[in-house]
Amino acid sequence: MDTVAGRIEITDLGVVFGRDGRRVEAVRGFTLMTTPGEFVALLGPSGCGKTTVLNAVAGFVPPTVGRVVVDGERVAEPGADRGMVFQQHSLFPWKTVLANVEFGLKMRGIGSLERSLQARRYLSLVGLAGFERAYPGELSGGMQQRVGIARVLANRPRVMLMDEPFGALDAQTRLAMQELLLGVWREVRTTVLFVTHDIDEAIFLADRVAVMTARPGQVRDLIPVKLPRPRPAEVIATAEFMALKGRVLAQVREESGRAWTAPRP
Amino acid sequence: MGTAPLVGAPADAAAPLRLAGWRRPVLRASSIALCLVAWHVATLWDLDLYVRFQNIPSPGDVLTEAVALFGSASFYVHILASLERIWLGFAIATVLGVGLGLVIGWSTLAADVLFPPIELLRPIPAVAWVPISIMLWPTERSSIVFITTLGAFFPIVLNTIHGVEGIDRQLVRAATCLGAGRAAIFREVVLPGALPSIVTGLSVGMGVSWICLISAEMISGQFGVGYFTWVAYGIVKYSQIVVGMLTIGVLGMLSSLVIRLVGARCMPWLPRRDEAGA
Repeated sequence: MDTVAGRIEITDLGVVFGRDGRRVEAVRGFTLMTTPGEFVALLGPSGCGKTTVLNAVAGFVPPTVGRVVVDGERVAEPGADRGMVFQQHSLFPWKTVLANVEFGLKMRGIGSLERSLQARRYLSLVGLAGFERAYPGELSGGMQQRVGIARVLANRPRVMLMDEPFGALDAQTRLAMQELLLGVWREVRTTVLFVTHDIDEAIFLADRVAVMTARPGQVRDLIPVKLPRPRPAEVIATAEFMALKGRVLAQVREESGRAWTAPRP
Repeated sequence: MGTAPLVGAPADAAAPLRLAGWRRPVLRASSIALCLVAWHVATLWDLDLYVRFQNIPSPGDVLTEAVALFGSASFYVHILASLERIWLGFAIATVLGVGLGLVIGWSTLAADVLFPPIELLRPIPAVAWVPISIMLWPTERSSIVFITTLGAFFPIVLNTIHGVEGIDRQLVRAATCLGAGRAAIFREVVLPGALPSIVTGLSVGMGVSWICLISAEMISGQFGVGYFTWVAYGIVKYSQIVVGMLTIGVLGMLSSLVIRLVGARCMPWLPRRDEAGA
């Protein structure tokens, strides 16, 4: 069973927000399939609706048209099988680091001894052993994001959704976090849907990069990244990486330009 | 240890801080001492500068009176009566205010049904309820507790609503995608998330309920520190007035301190502030 878990099928997804009588079409005709255990990056200009796609998979936002299916089940509401790592400030400030990571296990009714044991394992996986009793407010932004990742993974979700999780970090920390994420992902094989506007980040992390169009967003191109794993940080200086980056950059720039000039529908 | 230069820098920086830490309490104590001296001089010289000090007791008179009063059992009867009313009224206000506030903040339906009457009654000062309260309630004690409850209720309920409404929706989302249902969200996210605001409401409510208690006791009481203070004026025991006032001040301050300490104990995640403003 575990080997087939994490297949996301997004078919012809459309999401329309209505605010004060104004219609905003965030996503239109978005289709994307992932294989179990795959790492897919959603890349696009800001405001292209990539976070909306992620929210639809999480169950936070209902599709206006189309459907989202995870492992054969249609997504109707948020659930523990689809954990989300947010950009920032999503840890419970009143819970210790350990209690944050234990949260999902507690919701499943797992006893306190067992959940403490499991949570500690994931904390050491993200390099935070020894910080169990700290409160989130006492940690740096990068450490908080690592707790956020451990909190989702401790729940053993089929899918980990990541919404620009390193976007608020400084460049040095971001690089370290990307390497850490790949290391963790090698240990805990789960499907990852990773939203970013950073081209380097998308190529460095993903098996495939889905480049999105300007709003209303859909998949413009699906680019496989054949760089061998494990990927050292130096991979971003290789000719293969550069070639991929050039290709992606051209597409992203075209869409960014469109986002600037497109008339409102 | 081996990193002497690193340790050295903060140690040097701490020296002027320690001096400041020693000077500030002295300054503050001197400030209070100065007020006492001014009071003493004003009463000693029977100053008449539009405000008249002829009938005002001196600090010495008040101290003598305080020693006598705190040596007699009857003064404690008044203190205990006031304390009982305050804690009873405050406890009822806490249960009602926090309970209603959570429900109103969490559910739009509850907000529409329950909030309008609260909003309508809120501008009426609790003291204005005294005549109606005497008619409503069978005993003097229950009518004063009612006024005390009323005073504390509004700040508590409003701050609780504010606290629930201020909860970061992203935290609710985070909880749902970790498997939390509605009840778990309420218990694990809404309650702790609103707690800082609730404690603020309790702190303000405690202050207001003391104001209401003393006013109600002065108007309709037969016991209590407020009653004692008012009666002292009637029977020309001016020193007792001041002892009553100071007792009220100290009791109010201690009550707020209790709220603050309990609040800090319940919220260990908040950064410690040595000087939380009252």
